Amino acid sequence: MLAFEDVTRVHGDGERAVRALGPVAFEIRAGEFVAIMGPSGSGKSTLLSLAGALDQPSDGRVHLQGQDLATLGAAELAALRRRTIGFVFQDFNLLPGLTALENVALPLELDGTPGREAREQANEALARVQLERLTGRFPDDLSGGERQRVAIARAFVGPRRMLLADEPTGALDSVTGELVMRLMRDQCERGLTAVLVTHDPSHAAWADRVLYLRDGRLVDETCAPETGSGSPVLPLRG
Amino acid sequence: MTVKNSLLAILAQEPAHGYGLKSAFEESTAGAWPLNVGQVYTTLARLERDGLVETGPSRSSSEGERERQTWNLTVEGRSTLEGWYRKPVLDDPPARDELAIKVLLAVAADQVDVAEILQIQRAASMQRLQELTQHKRRADPEAELPWLLLLDALILKVKAELEWIELCEARLRGRRP
Ligand SMILES: Nc1ncnc2c1ncn2[C@@H]1O[C@H](COP(=O)(O)OP(=O)(O)OP(=O)(O)O)[C@@H](O)[C@H]1O
Ligand SMILES: [Mg+2]
Repeated sequence: MLAFEDVTRVHGDGERAVRALGPVAFEIRAGEFVAIMGPSGSGKSTLLSLAGALDQPSDGRVHLQGQDLATLGAAELAALRRRTIGFVFQDFNLLPGLTALENVALPLELDGTPGREAREQANEALARVQLERLTGRFPDDLSGGERQRVAIARAFVGPRRMLLADEPTGALDSVTGELVMRLMRDQCERGLTAVLVTHDPSHAAWADRVLYLRDGRLVDETCAPETGSGSPVLPLRG
Repeated sequence: MTVKNSLLAILAQEPAHGYGLKSAFEESTAGAWPLNVGQVYTTLARLERDGLVETGPSRSSSEGERERQTWNLTVEGRSTLEGWYRKPVLDDPPARDELAIKVLLAVAADQVDVAEILQIQRAASMQRLQELTQHKRRADPEAELPWLLLLDALILKVKAELEWIELCEARLRGRRP
């Protein structure tokens, strides 16, 4: 689904060049749920921007659904971002002049879904993050955590294949954070591919795989143990 | 200490015999801490000596079954139990923590690669967290409430451990190799 081939991202040049990421190489299969952890400034957001074609590598290649992103034109990239990829940004990115419902429905409408159907899907997405009663509110009239959930609903709405989420649970209490993790997990069981950047190990633990970045490099990786009839956690549970 | 108060807590629900206490304790605590019956009987003897429980009539729990000694909570037992419920639990002095001891000793030693120790531990703790999270995901929030609450507690302990490892790594970076 997503592959990074020796990808590096450098900002600026010469003396003042800053290497934000790389070189890194990894692959994420369709339907996989991967979490990215690492200290502040380690390159997590940079990695997500590259994965979502919001930024281009200085070196190396990013493949999405088998296509090298560098070979796609602006219109193809825009369609990809609108149709295939759902983003949850670190700073939510909601449009202040639109209600919660309109914010969530917008990507669908831009993609040609008729208004009524788009609103229906948007309503359903908002209900999944337990915001069914606040669909008419403007972002300024929502709490930080509610705004964050609108952004999450927007990323989930429609036939998205991949979700890229940058600290989507930062402003959420532990119960709501868990709700969002369950939602991501369930969507991945149905074929969504998700990349989650988080500082919270208990959220990363919902993923199939956890990648650790440090100074722009992948330094470690852990996979979830086999599910099902694994070793019992506690003495009396088999 | 915990066993003693746990038995009082169960007897406060209803009088029970020794084996019944064991089963009720394990059921309420999701089977996490198996009790052996011998331990239950020695604890009951001590509680009786201290006047916190007393023997009740012998009963058989079903037709034809051997009669067994039941136990009741005394008034004093009930007030001891209430005191226990109200007293906050503080880890003071802290329980011995093998990971902390190991890391501190490694930091003090000259020849030990602390970063490697932390990295190995982090991978193992994260896997454990992933495993616990899988169990949580499958737990039924109604039928398995004690199990779910226990998983939450275990998950948050491992989370704290991972955050501590991250702090250790950050503080040790820039230090001599
Ligand atoms: N436009 C830019 N110009 C120069 N340096 C940049 C630019 N964007 C990012 N960086 C640097 O690249 C590094 C990685 O940034 P990035 O935003 O990917 O970190 P992060 O892992 O997401 O951190 P955080 O957890 O704080 O969000 C940082 O050191 C950052 O200062
Ligand atoms: Mg970031």
